[in-house]
Amino acid sequence: MSTVRVLFVLLGAVAVGSALLVVTTRQIVHAALWLVVTLGALAGCFLLLTAEFVAWVQVLIYVGAVVVLLLFALMLTRAPTRPDPAARTPNAWFAAVVAAAVAGVLVTTLVAGFSGAVIDLDRAEIGGARVTGGAVFSTWVLPFEVLSVLLLAALVGAIVLSRRDVPNRPRDAEAARDTEPARDADDRERSSS
Amino acid sequence: MTAAVMPLAAGELAAFGKDPWWIILIKAVAITVFLLVFTIFNVWFERRVVARMQHRVGPNVHGKFGLLQSLADGIKLSLKETIKPKGVDTILYVLAPIISAAMAFVAFSVIPLGPEVSIFGHRTPLQLTDLPVGVLFVLAAASLGIYGIVLGGWSSGSTYPLLGGLRSSAQMISYEVAMGLALVAVFLYSGSMSTSEIVGAQAGGSAVDIFGVTLQLPSWYGVVLLPSFLIYMIAMVGETNRAPFDLPEAEGELVAGFMTEYSSMKYLLFFLAEYVNMVTVSALATTMFLGGWRAPWPISLWAGANEGWWPLLWFLGKVLVFLFVFIWLRGTLPRMRYDQFMRLGWKILIPVALVWTVFVATARATLSAGYQRQFFFGIGAVVIVVLLLSFVYDAVAARREKAEEVEREEADQVEFDPFAGGYPVPPMPGQKVPGLEPAAVAVAAASAGAGSADSSGGAGAEGAGQQADSGEERGRG
Repeated sequence: MSTVRVLFVLLGAVAVGSALLVVTTRQIVHAALWLVVTLGALAGCFLLLTAEFVAWVQVLIYVGAVVVLLLFALMLTRAPTRPDPAARTPNAWFAAVVAAAVAGVLVTTLVAGFSGAVIDLDRAEIGGARVTGGAVFSTWVLPFEVLSVLLLAALVGAIVLSRRDVPNRPRDAEAARDTEPARDADDRERSSS
Repeated sequence: MTAAVMPLAAGELAAFGKDPWWIILIKAVAITVFLLVFTIFNVWFERRVVARMQHRVGPNVHGKFGLLQSLADGIKLSLKETIKPKGVDTILYVLAPIISAAMAFVAFSVIPLGPEVSIFGHRTPLQLTDLPVGVLFVLAAASLGIYGIVLGGWSSGSTYPLLGGLRSSAQMISYEVAMGLALVAVFLYSGSMSTSEIVGAQAGGSAVDIFGVTLQLPSWYGVVLLPSFLIYMIAMVGETNRAPFDLPEAEGELVAGFMTEYSSMKYLLFFLAEYVNMVTVSALATTMFLGGWRAPWPISLWAGANEGWWPLLWFLGKVLVFLFVFIWLRGTLPRMRYDQFMRLGWKILIPVALVWTVFVATARATLSAGYQRQFFFGIGAVVIVVLLLSFVYDAVAARREKAEEVEREEADQVEFDPFAGGYPVPPMPGQKVPGLEPAAVAVAAASAGAGSADSSGGAGAEGAGQQADSGEERGRG
């Protein structure tokens, strides 16, 4: 029992430490990779709590897909192999305050809700697909559905934003009007010089 | 680390987690050595088979049938000079091939290679370990392998590797979705996610009762769940970056893709990872769809076929069939274009896999609850609705096509403007350039003019021009 506890604390420390590195490192790709370490350590915590299904899905979805997509987006835009001075922002202190506040809210909620709950790991049922499915689709079905709708909305929003062939978009028309004269002026300048 | 604290699920999984440490060590080392030797064999196998398909001989000098050729190549490769380009991110540059190769090996640890055997008097299953969610573990390891490629491409600090890494990450993520969805049907059908239990579930076929007629279903999921099997086969080729989906290393476009800047041992690790991944996805396909280590039909009539060490042979045979298919595809098909490849993944494989998964789930739920009549009527209703919709779609499409044709004909009437938009442009298909005739027509006209000296050359040219016009119209019709 104590081995599990020690491992759990160690994994928790790794998760928190690498999470801090995510926001402090100067290299944006390294930040994404520290995020991988954080999420992996979390998966380890799930595994120690016998939630096998959640642990491997965490690795499969978050580590294997979400962060890879993040890296993909970074590399498509700008990802220098040297430290990026633009990775610093003067608003860092404000972000730190917000992060601390959110952490406070979450910790308070968890402690208030589950401080007395104890899982007996020797007798706990392994969190395979059957147990997890039963919990998600009976006890926690409402949060599950709400999250599904949220993700669907995000998906639809992403498609709407990325479509270029939708007519009557006022913003596009405005943007076109704004850039056209500027380009004309640019051309004129170049031809006159 | 968790095996000690958690009781494993009842059933076949109870056999795992009881091995002493030396058995675990033997199994782990054996799997690693097996994969290394098998890779050496596979490189030779691929070169020989492709050579035969191209009417060549292939490597045949070193060792019997040239079997030691790839060993010699491997030694040569690892003894080469390590070249580290300027401006690389050193840690990740070194780490990338290690991640790639390690994850390829890790995935193999839950593949069942055989039944319970006796190793030095200790009864143990021929499988390193198994989890209640073993297949997810394989998929997770495969998805971690992507990091090797993405980071290898990025940390090289060079253009082509970066583009190759981006391509392959997009490719592997897309095809992993299709792969996972193809496997969902197997989970639904077998009621388990553990590899050994899925093999066990394919031991005997189930019987299904349709309107009083009892049908004996075959035991392999590759037959019962054929659409899943086909989707998995396509997705596994995409996932391993093999031809015809070897876009990340399309040498005509990207030099060598993500491994352009790698040399020596690190290049060898990437190479190794590719071949081990091929073996891993083939082994997973064998386990999920072809009954795993269980003997195929004619051999299974022999009572001792599924006992002792024999199943290892059946397993290897099935994996070799998949590897042959990999090589066959490489010897046959040209590389796909990137957009075609992505369209195949997202617009065909994933929707088909989703519909098939819903169908399997519905069939499973209704048939096991005894609602056979309702199920088949429901299927019939869906088929009729789809048929009706397809008729409607055809009518609409025909009308749209006609409208488009009219539009195109109108567009053809438009006079050709050789300086449209201020640039010299070629004519669109169907447009004619006034005053320009094909050279052949001019030559024919000239010879016609020379043949009949009394007729004027102008009339001959006119006639030839008319001929060309009518010919063009025929071609268009």
